[in-house]
Amino acid sequence: MIVVKDLHKGFGEVQVLKGISTTFHPGETSLIIGQSGSGKTVFLKSLIGLHIPESGTISFDGRINTDFTTEAKRVWRQEIGMVFQGSALFDSQTVEENVMFPLKMFTNNSEKEMLDRVNFVLDRVNLTNANKKFPAELSGGMQKRVAIARAIVMNPKYLFCDEPNSGLDPQTAIVIDNLIQEITAEYKITTVINTHDMNSVMEIGKKIVFLKNGTKAWEGSKNEIFKTDNEAVVEFVYSSNLFKKVRQAYLNETK
Amino acid sequence: MNYLEHVGKYCMMLGQVFKTPQRPRVFRDALFKDIEELGHKSLGIIMFISFFIGGVIALQTALNLEDPLIPDTLIGFAAKRSIILEFAPTFCSIILAGKVGSYITSSIGTMRVTEQIDALEVMGINSLNHLVLPKIIATVFFYPFLICLGMILGIFGGWLAGVLSGLFTGTDYIIGIQSDFQPFLLVYAMIKTLVFAFLISTVPSYHGYYVKGGSLAVGKASTQAVVWTTVLIVISNYFLTQMLLT
Repeated sequence: MIVVKDLHKGFGEVQVLKGISTTFHPGETSLIIGQSGSGKTVFLKSLIGLHIPESGTISFDGRINTDFTTEAKRVWRQEIGMVFQGSALFDSQTVEENVMFPLKMFTNNSEKEMLDRVNFVLDRVNLTNANKKFPAELSGGMQKRVAIARAIVMNPKYLFCDEPNSGLDPQTAIVIDNLIQEITAEYKITTVINTHDMNSVMEIGKKIVFLKNGTKAWEGSKNEIFKTDNEAVVEFVYSSNLFKKVRQAYLNETK
Repeated sequence: MNYLEHVGKYCMMLGQVFKTPQRPRVFRDALFKDIEELGHKSLGIIMFISFFIGGVIALQTALNLEDPLIPDTLIGFAAKRSIILEFAPTFCSIILAGKVGSYITSSIGTMRVTEQIDALEVMGINSLNHLVLPKIIATVFFYPFLICLGMILGIFGGWLAGVLSGLFTGTDYIIGIQSDFQPFLLVYAMIKTLVFAFLISTVPSYHGYYVKGGSLAVGKASTQAVVWTTVLIVISNYFLTQMLLT
């Protein structure tokens, strides 16, 4: 479980996060949504330790990350899996080498054990016969799968995804969403996803946190988002006519 | 950012770079890859340029020594001195700064803008140590061999140019090469090579690692890295010459 309390972060005179508090539970896919510039990426990067918060705390199963010793931080890092927006695969390495990289860095497993584990996670993300390919030879969806495989190869307790569907067609986006949701439930991972994709919100949003101007403007589940009368959320989530009609139909049906 | 801040940031970068690698086997793989990329793949250009420049140095020397009182052996002697003292260590290093420097900046810069460096940091890896230390070791250990090869081929190119043009005889050239040979000149050339190799690997790494923006910024950083590496090679060449030869 990740508990965030009163998180503040700024760059120079610009205050990006202004006191965010929330909780993310294991086995749940939690989504962070909000307009561009609302502080989503800074929030996510603060969670994974790439930004140091000015004040506030982030605790991982009771351990506050700013209080970590060097050794505790090393252990915590290995409990984290991250899927970056652009996949961030190492260009010079094959799919197999990319996925094997964390194992080589942090385990003493034999080459065969590592290869077995790599093949297992690649199979888990439905990516076979691509071991020897380089990232540039893969489609966007396949690159995302490799990024997910690399993120889960160390059996992480916490999985963070920064816009995992950006640049993907709707069908592939749903496949990636379902994959993340399945993995989260299967391994009881605490998953936090940054997204703009409203399909994802409706499909896998067990918990949704809406950020506006660096503050938490709303929090709830995908079912609650239909009923909310929070103007900022309604304006953001139902900005398209199609979603407006879907929401209206839902409200009429549940009256 | 002013120059002093850059120097401070560069020194702090080196502080992170010179730490014990987290995994020797991963480090070893990265080192061999960098020796291949930065050293082995530079062999061709260094061999080609050394051979022809050596020839030109010998021809120019021969053409400018028209006085019959000056022996032809001086051509070999002057070519040897020019090649060992300046051409091989300095000129070749400037060529390598262009070829290898732009490669280092663009590869590390691309890793920065595509979040690959962030991915390393999230995994708990010291990205500077992981990316830059193998490059420093690869260049510092491999470039002396490369420069020695440049010296040999440059001198050989001079000999062949003389023989083919008929401006001087091969025997005179070889006598000139052998006369007044001072081993310290080789030591001096190697010291310069090591300093230049260090600059060639670290200055472009600095520019690549701290790049901000997209592909255009990476391109600009590559250009800046080559310019600054060349400037620093020229300046350090002056001071090393002053310190070691005067």
